[in-house]
Amino acid sequence: MNWRWLRPKRRNEELREEVDAHLWLAEREEREAGRGGEDARHAARLEFGNVAMAEETTRDHWGMRWLDDFRQDLRGGVRMLRRSPGFTLLAVLCLTLGMGTNAAVFSAMEGVLFRPYPMVAHQERLMALSGTARGESGPTGVSWPDFEDLRKSSTLLDGMFVSKITGTTLSLGNRAETLPGSIVSANYFDAIGVRPMLGRGFVPGEDVGSNAHPVVVISYELWQRLFKGDPEIVGKTQRLTGVIHTIVGVAPEGFRGTFVGWAMQFWVPASMEETFEAGGYKLQDRDARWVESFVKLKPGVTAPQAQDEVSAIATRLAATYPETNRGRGMKLWPLWQTPFNHAGTLLPTLELMLAVALFVLVIACANVGNLLLARSFVRRHEMSVRAALGAGRARLLRQMLTEGLILAGLASGGALLVAYLSEHALVLFFPVSAGVAMYLPGALDWRVFFACAVVSVFTTLLLGLFPAMQASKIDVAAALKTEMAGVVGGGHGKAWARSALVVVQVSLSFLLLVGAGLVVKSLQRLRAIDPGFSTRNVYVTPIALNGTGYDAVRAKTFDDELLRRVRALPGVESAALARLAPLEVKSYSSSQIAVDGYVSPPDEQETVEYNEIGPEYFSTIGIPLAAGREFAATDDENGALVAIVNETLAQKYWKGRDPVGTRMQVKGRWMTVVGVAKDSKYESVREPARAFFYVPLRQSFAVSTTLHVRSEGSAQTLSAEVAREVKSLDADLAAYELVSMEEVVRRATASQQAAVKMLALLGGLALLLAAIGLYAVMAYTVSQSARELGLRMALGAGQYDLLRLVMARGVTLTVMGVAVGAAVAIGLTRLMGNLLYQVSPRDPSAFVAAFVAMMITAVAACFLPAWRATQADPMRTLRSGD
Amino acid sequence: MAKEKYKSRTEILQGTLDLLILQTLEWGPRHGYALSKAIRTNSGEILRVDTGSLYPALHRLEHAGWIAAEWKPSEAGPRLRVYRLTAKGKRQLRREVSRWERITAAVAGVLRPAKQEVEP
Repeated sequence: MNWRWLRPKRRNEELREEVDAHLWLAEREEREAGRGGEDARHAARLEFGNVAMAEETTRDHWGMRWLDDFRQDLRGGVRMLRRSPGFTLLAVLCLTLGMGTNAAVFSAMEGVLFRPYPMVAHQERLMALSGTARGESGPTGVSWPDFEDLRKSSTLLDGMFVSKITGTTLSLGNRAETLPGSIVSANYFDAIGVRPMLGRGFVPGEDVGSNAHPVVVISYELWQRLFKGDPEIVGKTQRLTGVIHTIVGVAPEGFRGTFVGWAMQFWVPASMEETFEAGGYKLQDRDARWVESFVKLKPGVTAPQAQDEVSAIATRLAATYPETNRGRGMKLWPLWQTPFNHAGTLLPTLELMLAVALFVLVIACANVGNLLLARSFVRRHEMSVRAALGAGRARLLRQMLTEGLILAGLASGGALLVAYLSEHALVLFFPVSAGVAMYLPGALDWRVFFACAVVSVFTTLLLGLFPAMQASKIDVAAALKTEMAGVVGGGHGKAWARSALVVVQVSLSFLLLVGAGLVVKSLQRLRAIDPGFSTRNVYVTPIALNGTGYDAVRAKTFDDELLRRVRALPGVESAALARLAPLEVKSYSSSQIAVDGYVSPPDEQETVEYNEIGPEYFSTIGIPLAAGREFAATDDENGALVAIVNETLAQKYWKGRDPVGTRMQVKGRWMTVVGVAKDSKYESVREPARAFFYVPLRQSFAVSTTLHVRSEGSAQTLSAEVAREVKSLDADLAAYELVSMEEVVRRATASQQAAVKMLALLGGLALLLAAIGLYAVMAYTVSQSARELGLRMALGAGQYDLLRLVMARGVTLTVMGVAVGAAVAIGLTRLMGNLLYQVSPRDPSAFVAAFVAMMITAVAACFLPAWRATQADPMRTLRSGD
Repeated sequence: MAKEKYKSRTEILQGTLDLLILQTLEWGPRHGYALSKAIRTNSGEILRVDTGSLYPALHRLEHAGWIAAEWKPSEAGPRLRVYRLTAKGKRQLRREVSRWERITAAVAGVLRPAKQEVEP
């Protein structure tokens, strides 16, 4: 028996047949009672009552009713949408933009949050490890000996590995490219569960010794690009930063290392640290805190438990090695807060993007809601008829929701496509510095699909809401009477609903515009920051001599000859060597210092960073001296030890006394301060003033340096000329990228630029959607009030009056929206936090700019409908209104 | 609107209508039209079953397994859907009857004292 319930079509036919049989029997009886044909049928029908309703309510009792209805709604919905392809296309497009933005942002965010490192096993148990120091707010590195001690003592952690970013320059094709790579502990590939596709990873012991194991694992991309996918690559050699390395393995395709932001191209064991890092051999130096590492919690161990153990070990180390570890601790971080890659800085940007994407979605929904609402007037007649025929109100609502569901379903298909296409699009927001392979995780997986599903359900409800409100108000009799003629009747209530939707759109768009304005202004401010050195006409290029067989003596000869030749180049004003250029990824040397007459507070060990620089450095880079002199050629290994401090350091340790002529102790050596340099930016454009000092390169020699050149010539000419001079001095040296300091600063403001691009794009999108919404409402209002407009015209109103009348309504709505948006913006923009730089979240100019943009858009959107209103022929509109 | 009216009517009639259908079918299988006629005739033309309620009720009872339906050809007309009482329906009928008797007795109990108050 039960099979029947599963076949709705058959059942419907049977019900119809049964009812027909009933009517036939009744009619026959009436006829027998003496009535004529039509009368009999009529009487039978009368007897039966509302046939359609009887059928409808009978169906209600069927168990599988909802499935049946759903199929019917679905079919009806598809039919409706196909009947008006323009509307469908516009609605799906709006929703695809809204939902696609969300899906894309979510997939990126989810990537950073949950699985930043493709192919790495057990990321849910990985945590980043950093050092802490009393008196220093930010995290520090960890020294290799401390890391080793932690690895030996810990019982709650396993798979601890080091992964410290570094870089090298390789000639790929005809240009030099800087490639990011990692200095890793020997257990790296085992700990992350990644097997090289060719060759091997590192074996225990390869991270021990000074430059003892020149081996490298290269990325799949590098293998393809540099070695054309040579299957015999393992065992061959490659010069990296001057040192011949044996290629022992090729990482699998898709593996990008363990750094959020860049795709790593090579991995070398920690024993090669000296080659890639400045500052000499550090594997036995407990005071050299360069290690960036990750730990894996053993199964079942919680983060707080692990932190407790790590802290206990750090305390023990501080007690055992007070001279290096006093006041030092260690801290574990969730992956998404990793302090030494871009995860921490990326996340706030992504959160903002998600909020913005949600705004765009709401605007898109409001837009489509508006379109649906307009259509629901047209469809009121259809709905009324169905209601009269016995369709339940719930049934009508369901039909509306089904249509919303179809739209949202189509759009979520489009959204996933958008998300898929923009898998790596996040990278586009970030200016890629030449040759650096940028990678930000962002792939589709079940979480993205789930989020997309949630968003589409949310959208469906939002979309169904307005027409549903409409349908629930249907008064069958009144609707049938007044709407038979197909006149679109617009009550006050609906006009209000549509206007409210426009106000919502305008206010959200305004909010986004304000946000965009603020970020643009921040970027201007950032660009306007005086870095303390001149950016114009100053160029830097690395001169990496370490590992190329240069000892200090040969390197000094090379440096002198290079400087002599570069200074002789046409257009070159001055040239100088320094170990590091400002704002570089590599870290400065640092040392605890002591100053004559300054007593440091107990338990505080301030380490100050310094740069090793040659003569003419300050004049070349354009940092003015406040007192004293530059280093001279005589400040060399034979001269007395000297140093130059910056103003902040002078202020802190000399407290107003003149430092020039006094002594300070650096790494145990006393040096005489010969000058005070003005403050400048050292690691980041946004950093506050910080203590810093300089020592002569010749007195703390480093073979690898950065050449600074001040020149009037173009970067290209200079680049070629410097490369030629380097080659003529040593044909084996690779050609390096020469960049202007302007470019260096630009790269350092990458995240602000990303925010600007993103907010500008989405703000523009929001503005466009709002314009569409405004246009639709105004066009509709004009068509609605054609009669009124015609009447006014007949009574003598001029075209200008009508234009003004319509425009005034559009502008009123816009102003209302802007007012709401401004109120919300005042509350919300302060959440933009670190994206803003020296700009108040309530910066009036951003609000004014957003207002102007919004008004221009609104006027443009209203003009066409308003103009059309003035073109109406009063006689025709009046007559057709009857 | 129309729907609401119908709803309130079923609410009152539902239990009673089920009883009437089950009882009428105990006397023999019938199709829908014959069923409504039988109820009308047996009640002395007082109870007129609204067809808008009859078919929903029949389908509901069928779904509950109290009655079973079968298509039977009619002489010189469309085939007819004939309903008969099932064993399960017979038990349900007895429950419905006793429920009805309890209710009428209770209603009568309520009505009688009222009469006594009025009469003296």
